[in-house]
Amino acid sequence: MNPDPKPQTPALVEKVTHNLATRARWGGWEYAFWLAAFASIVVMGGWWADISPLFANRHLILTEIAWLALFALSLDLILGYAGIISLGHAAFFGLGSYVAALLAKHAIVNEPVLALVVSGLAAAVLGFATSFLVLRGSDLARLMVTLGVALIMREIANQIPDITGGADGLQGVTIAPILGTFQLDIFGHVAYTYCLIVLFILFLLARRIVYSPFGLSLRAVKGNPLRSSLIGIPVDVRLVGVYTFAAFYAGVAGALLAQTTAFASLDVFSFERSADLLLVLIIGGTGYLYGGLIGAVIFKLMQDWIANLTPQYWQFWIGLVLVLIVLIGRDRIGALTGIVRTLAQRALPRMASPATPVALPRGEGH
Amino acid sequence: MLTILFDGIAYGMLLFVLACGLSVTLGLMNFVNLAHGSFAMAGGYITLILVNRAGLPFFAGLPIAFLITGLIGALFERTLYVHVYGKSHLDQVLFTIGLVFMSVAAVDYVMGSQQVFIAIPSMLQGRFEFFGIGIGRYRLVIIIVCGILTVALQLILSGTRFGSRLRASVDDARVARGLGINVNGVFALTFAFGSGLAGLGGALGAEILGLDPTFPLKYMVYFLIVVTVGGTSSITGPFVASILIGVADVAGKYYVPKFGAFVIYTIMIVLLIIRPQGLFAPRGRQIGVPR
Repeated sequence: MNPDPKPQTPALVEKVTHNLATRARWGGWEYAFWLAAFASIVVMGGWWADISPLFANRHLILTEIAWLALFALSLDLILGYAGIISLGHAAFFGLGSYVAALLAKHAIVNEPVLALVVSGLAAAVLGFATSFLVLRGSDLARLMVTLGVALIMREIANQIPDITGGADGLQGVTIAPILGTFQLDIFGHVAYTYCLIVLFILFLLARRIVYSPFGLSLRAVKGNPLRSSLIGIPVDVRLVGVYTFAAFYAGVAGALLAQTTAFASLDVFSFERSADLLLVLIIGGTGYLYGGLIGAVIFKLMQDWIANLTPQYWQFWIGLVLVLIVLIGRDRIGALTGIVRTLAQRALPRMASPATPVALPRGEGH
Repeated sequence: MLTILFDGIAYGMLLFVLACGLSVTLGLMNFVNLAHGSFAMAGGYITLILVNRAGLPFFAGLPIAFLITGLIGALFERTLYVHVYGKSHLDQVLFTIGLVFMSVAAVDYVMGSQQVFIAIPSMLQGRFEFFGIGIGRYRLVIIIVCGILTVALQLILSGTRFGSRLRASVDDARVARGLGINVNGVFALTFAFGSGLAGLGGALGAEILGLDPTFPLKYMVYFLIVVTVGGTSSITGPFVASILIGVADVAGKYYVPKFGAFVIYTIMIVLLIIRPQGLFAPRGRQIGVPR
């Protein structure tokens, strides 16, 4: 009707903004999730262990869950949002781990939070450099390139024992107090709180990004790269961007591991770590950010439980879970978690009233 | 120098026997089978039991290992793999990694985690000089056995009715189906045969590659490299690729031990970037892409 499209644009922008805002609004179950997570700092700290064994100190395993969740979140960004299958995500995790350990050992960056950022950035640089390798090619080629990068990283760490400690691992790392105040303790109280806060902050950032136009265009690229490029999405730029960003996350997760254990070994680059990570994410489901978090909880509990039953052969059961998940079908399992999510959403009605998209960070969608 | 070349060729031949089944599987069904090494490991351990425990002669153990592994392959193909063909690559990867983990833990449980050695006949041990080239007897046997196998494979592929059906199915499964070729049957047979070959390779290679429960994980990447570099359209590609990789790996580990492992990985990544369809495949056909 109107030959000049300009007068329509503000209305359109408003509509799109509104749609984005609706999608990005926080559901009640999300509040519940994070409340539960932060409540676990107090409840599972062992201070109430007299009341019931339920409240015994679980902070050590919770710390592992927290960095694993961050690592899985990182894989979700590239697998769930960009459709890149990676069998070598441990490359970034391991690099972050070693960088954090080295920074602390040689007192280059003493403050852990700062060291965390530096480690993440180091991993991001590697991510940026290797992202060009995964732009083209089939799933298989991507699998092998990512696998190859992780193997090369492991080999490098193995070949420079003067710096990395080689096969013995990097020992003698002492972690300075966090922010100069909080010294890590052997019960894992500080470590868990620290990891959870880092996870939460980075989760918020990731959430904001995947609901931004950038995140939407990523979904388009995942759906059909050719069509997305036809409607003007710079596919390569998007993939490089998200790959680098995810590498940063993986690096931070690795750094958290190194800082909370004051140790780094070749194991951080291992193929098993990348493969386990896929399982973690698949258990939780891809493409909605919480998959990695929920998967990390289930995976660690399962691992803990199986390892108690058969300490040496737990890998068998992990493998069985993978096989069963595929044979049953990920979509069916996804439907199951979907039902749970819907129920949770009904049980906990949205706390934000529809008129005010409060949780949407300002400036998003513009 | 020539000794290294010789060792490299033996190593490459072994890689070819181990990996050629994988390349056909990938080319035929576009199926990413990371668990291929598990079949090789199975062959190795079967021979170990037959030769070391039951006291069978080494050369009688090899064909039995081939048969049993082939049967295991057929069984797995018909009961498990067949459900996964239609699924995404991610599912295939998860599924086969799961199988690898299970096989690693199961063998660890049954056979123990230490490295094992198959008792090879004493006449095959040691090496002799031939015009100044040091030749390991066992490596010579490997070259002979694998050479015969390669020629036989080539003859089967080019000369028999089954071979032409297989080639037709690899070229275009849909058209082959339309012509009345039972592609699924061809595939099941090829899968079993490929698994059997991997088992034979695992048995032959136990002496050189080492045999322990982590075998499938350790050599997975080598098999994949052979397939990637060689392409999946013929067996000539994987053969040449195997020899190249065998020689490059042995030479790399001998001359530049510090960078030995880098050589292979770097070659793989560079090749994937510049020729994603494999070195010897016709241009425009990418491995792992549905046709």
